[in-house]
Amino acid sequence: MKLMIVDDSNIIRSKIARALGKHGLEIAALASNGQEAVRCFTTVRPDLVTMDLTMPNMDGIECIRRLRQINPDVRVLVVSALADKATAIAALKEGAQGFLHKPFTEDDLTEAMDELLGVRNG
Amino acid sequence: MDEEQLRCFVDIVQHYFANQGGKAAEVGSPYLADPEALPMLDVTGVIGISGARQGCIYVTAGRELLRNLLLYVGETDLSDANLADMAGEMANTISGNARTHFGPEFMISVPLVVQGRAQGFQMPKGVKAYVIPMRWHKFEASLVVSLV
Repeated sequence: MKLMIVDDSNIIRSKIARALGKHGLEIAALASNGQEAVRCFTTVRPDLVTMDLTMPNMDGIECIRRLRQINPDVRVLVVSALADKATAIAALKEGAQGFLHKPFTEDDLTEAMDELLGVRNG
Repeated sequence: MDEEQLRCFVDIVQHYFANQGGKAAEVGSPYLADPEALPMLDVTGVIGISGARQGCIYVTAGRELLRNLLLYVGETDLSDANLADMAGEMANTISGNARTHFGPEFMISVPLVVQGRAQGFQMPKGVKAYVIPMRWHKFEASLVVSLV
């Protein structure tokens, strides 16, 4: 399955790529903000996206909305420091299927991704 | 800022280091400081706060702390760019986590990173800030919270 990682932190992009690459996902694209993610999305056509929320140019909520207009079947795991319930609900309303709070460990991430994939498989 | 709000930041800092650095940071007693007396170490990640509260939150740390933290999270690229990214991400994570306490109207900016004192930024005039000193292993850092 093809994964696109969207986060304005290079360290976080690398951490997610290392963990989920080892977990068997193909790292198809890395984007550092929402605008870049929308541009990559149409050419790369990923099955899965990890999405930060607080980013320059276009935030994660708006980006999820745009990506799901292009492909309503894309599955999105939000990976964000914004830890309040209202933000999680807003992301889920836009079509995200999972939410992982920063800071996170590699195990937290792979569990969240497995849960996301399980939602579809189950 | 009241004691409960300060406690919230202390808990977040301890959880951050326990989760990312394998060991909770030792947190010293928070103190109030004038803008001109605030600590600024090698690299500082700053988050602007708007909405229900206004001000800024910053994390300032030495390069050695940032290098060691990068290694703990599995990052082998210890370039200046990644040290800056680490400081910004710490500030972003701590500020974002604070929304569990302050609510969704506690709006946070993307991080700004400054190096040393030479590129220092202006704190809000006339507003004192709380300094939360911390030590992770042998490395010193501070979280500074200035909110009205």
